Amino acid sequence: MSAPTEHEHHVVGPKVYLLILLALLVLTATTTGVAYIDMGIFNPIIALAIGCLKAVLVILFFMHIRYSSRVMMLTVGAGFFTFLVLITMTLSDYISRNWGLW
Amino acid sequence: MHDEAHPAYLRHHFVTVGQQRETASFGMWLFLLTEIMFFGGLFMAYLLYRNWYYDAFVAGSNTLSIGLGTTNTAVLILSSFTMAMGVYSAEIRNRKGLLISLSLTICLGLVFLGIKTVEYHNKYVEHHIPGADFSVEDFVHPADKRDVPLAPDMAQHAQLYFFLYFAMTGMHALHMIIGISILFILLYQAWHGAYVNGHTSTIDNFGLYWHFVDIVWIFLFPLLYLISRHPLK
Amino acid sequence: MSTIVTLPNQQDAQLPKLSYLNSEYGIKSWLLTGDHKRIAMLYLFSITFFFFIGGAFAGLIRLELLTPLPDLVASDTYNKLFTMHGVIMIFLFLVPSVPATVGNFVIPIMVGAKDLAFPKINLLSWYLYIAGACFLVAALLNGGVDTGWTFTTPLSTHYVNTHVITAAMGVFIAGFSSIFTGLNFIVTIHRMRCPGMTWFRLPLFCWSNYAASILMVLGTPVLAITLVLVMLERTVGIGVFDPTKGGDPLLFQHLFWFYSHPAVYIMILPGMGVISEVISTFSRKRVFGYTAVAFSSVAIAVFGFFVWAHHMFIMGVSNYSALVFSLLTMLVAVPSAIKIFNWAATLYKGSLTFETPMLYAFGFMGLFTIGGLTGVFLGSLGMDIHLTETYFIVAHFHFVMVGGMLMAYLAGVHFWWPKMTGRMYPESMSQLSAVTTFIGFILTFFPQFIVGYLGMPRRYHAYPPEFQVLNVLSTAGATVLGIGYVLPMLYMPWSLKYGKIAGSNPWQATGLEWQIQSPPLTENFIDIPIMDHEAYDYDWLEHNTAHEVTAVG
Repeated sequence: MSAPTEHEHHVVGPKVYLLILLALLVLTATTTGVAYIDMGIFNPIIALAIGCLKAVLVILFFMHIRYSSRVMMLTVGAGFFTFLVLITMTLSDYISRNWGLW
Repeated sequence: MHDEAHPAYLRHHFVTVGQQRETASFGMWLFLLTEIMFFGGLFMAYLLYRNWYYDAFVAGSNTLSIGLGTTNTAVLILSSFTMAMGVYSAEIRNRKGLLISLSLTICLGLVFLGIKTVEYHNKYVEHHIPGADFSVEDFVHPADKRDVPLAPDMAQHAQLYFFLYFAMTGMHALHMIIGISILFILLYQAWHGAYVNGHTSTIDNFGLYWHFVDIVWIFLFPLLYLISRHPLK
Repeated sequence: MSTIVTLPNQQDAQLPKLSYLNSEYGIKSWLLTGDHKRIAMLYLFSITFFFFIGGAFAGLIRLELLTPLPDLVASDTYNKLFTMHGVIMIFLFLVPSVPATVGNFVIPIMVGAKDLAFPKINLLSWYLYIAGACFLVAALLNGGVDTGWTFTTPLSTHYVNTHVITAAMGVFIAGFSSIFTGLNFIVTIHRMRCPGMTWFRLPLFCWSNYAASILMVLGTPVLAITLVLVMLERTVGIGVFDPTKGGDPLLFQHLFWFYSHPAVYIMILPGMGVISEVISTFSRKRVFGYTAVAFSSVAIAVFGFFVWAHHMFIMGVSNYSALVFSLLTMLVAVPSAIKIFNWAATLYKGSLTFETPMLYAFGFMGLFTIGGLTGVFLGSLGMDIHLTETYFIVAHFHFVMVGGMLMAYLAGVHFWWPKMTGRMYPESMSQLSAVTTFIGFILTFFPQFIVGYLGMPRRYHAYPPEFQVLNVLSTAGATVLGIGYVLPMLYMPWSLKYGKIAGSNPWQATGLEWQIQSPPLTENFIDIPIMDHEAYDYDWLEHNTAHEVTAVG
């Protein structure tokens, strides 16, 4: 008789954490610096991209998803997917209002 | 009775410690999903009104101190690091390391809130809090020559920017306050020997919460502080 | 009439000496319990209480609508009546109905666990429910809310001076009760299944509650933040929903319906789970197309997130957006239809018997089908323009929620009553109630389809005199319906003392909950079971019955 399948418990070490910390600080400096350069429409895109990259690093390493079971990865994905559905489908209404009647 | 496979902290409805640990972690992740959707509503409001009143949002954003904002971001990221180190200390059963990590996380959290208080105070002094006291003049006739003056109705809409600023950072700060309060409790428990005996779930899962609060700020910072800063001359 | 009910010999049958009901005594052992079965009973009492309060409001509404003139209550009072009816019925009754009572009781046993994953959070859920209910009662006693259960802005934020904040706070808190219940179920079903219990051996009741739980966890927080914004708008007046300050009232509706549409699936999915169990048991057949039914539950949950703006077709959304949402609404009907087909196929060539749960299940299948089909009519843009905000909508959602969900809830309570209490309710009384409910329901709500199609608006207490006959029919039906709901309140408590001893498996059903004593022990199982057969395996059951132990202790 076996216990329900368990995922191996992985202890993440300080070296990894330190690397991620440095990466996050560098990205923060980058995003602040880049904000002063005028790139038109790309400013918000790059800002959000850097934000997403930072979030992914925190989720994968500080929050251990890199070392977790598939169920956990799917769970995180489901959360962000639902958030994106809220944003995109609501915005689709607002954006298409200007398109006129057919 | 209790043995290696059935320590005292194994609750009766779980078969193994591993099952209990993974269950607790799963539960915390699901709670964080609810937090994503909770903040999601605010992000939706922000995205809509930034799209409708872009100029007002630019003007509003430029009144925030980028120095304080960037510092706060770094402080919070550092606190995530110290929290992760706390989890590591608990895993390797290092009580002193855990105590230091938790204390540092608390300090950094308090520094963040302190800087936030300074920023809120600045907004109060500059009459940028939306409502009766709001200074529309500041935006119609901006003091700084590099700022673009707004039409009076667009200047009124800057209030929406500041409302969202206070609502989003306020909701975030509320989560920080709750987190720091729990950290004090964890510190107290850790002082008395908890979490370094193999039962690291609580520290693990609080860490998840703390990192999540960090992630919210990671998005709030560019969205609120970095909307089209003055180009470098 | 044949029956599959198999009871122990009543001459010497006794309730088990030890069960979750008598393992501990005293009020503290109930109010501080971690036992999912006791928490289920706490919920059962609470939601039954609020059901009758919501029902009283319904009675007053129907009383007013007997005559075309607004002669019973003032307009504002009428607004408060339908608002409180909606808020109480949805948030304090329908949302927790099956999950918090039957689900809490039965799901850990169905998966072969000794409790839910987080027993203390389960108890917290109940306290949050009570706290939310207290706020709503406070709003009620202080004069009520009159915005409609939908709290539409800018009416709720700017144009009424009723207790919107108190009511919103109540819904906010009750929402967290729902979130924690869903969270508990998801983790339990993922992580606490006994050895051999693979996903596809789970009873379909677990699949349905799992799907509903996903909706609870992901959807309810959006309602929470929306209510917070409404409360802030009312107190501080920042303009997020105020057109005069540049806000958009439609933003509220987007955020509100993003939850409230999945909410209807939160309400119906657990009921569908009950129907799967009941139909299988009383046809003596496995559910036809297990995989299809399981996946359709998850499909309903996923698609349910994509269709919310069909509540907003006339509110000012763009035509293109309305088109997309209308198409997606057609799609979301498909998984529900798949379930109905599969249940019908289960009935085909089954050995049918007509015990009370089965009567309710038949009622569900007919009434939910009608309600669901009318939903498809409403999903098509052209029809909706004519039918929206009329009594057609009121009839539609009462068919699915009352004809569907409430009947499924009653089916579930009757089906698992012997397991929860160890006693059988009186069969003839309960069958009479089921039939009375069915007749009363049709009489109440079918005329509303007609009167809505003819143009009578909803939420009005005065109407053109030509609609009176249909309204009188509807009120007459409501009286019959009320009787149908009051009868169980009489015979269920009666059964606790005088009902026949049920034994562990009176329905000869499959499922782990029927292999343990009635009522169960606090820890459910003495040894964690090992699941070695498929779900709804009646051959295995026949084989096992020979070696069965009916009571422990």
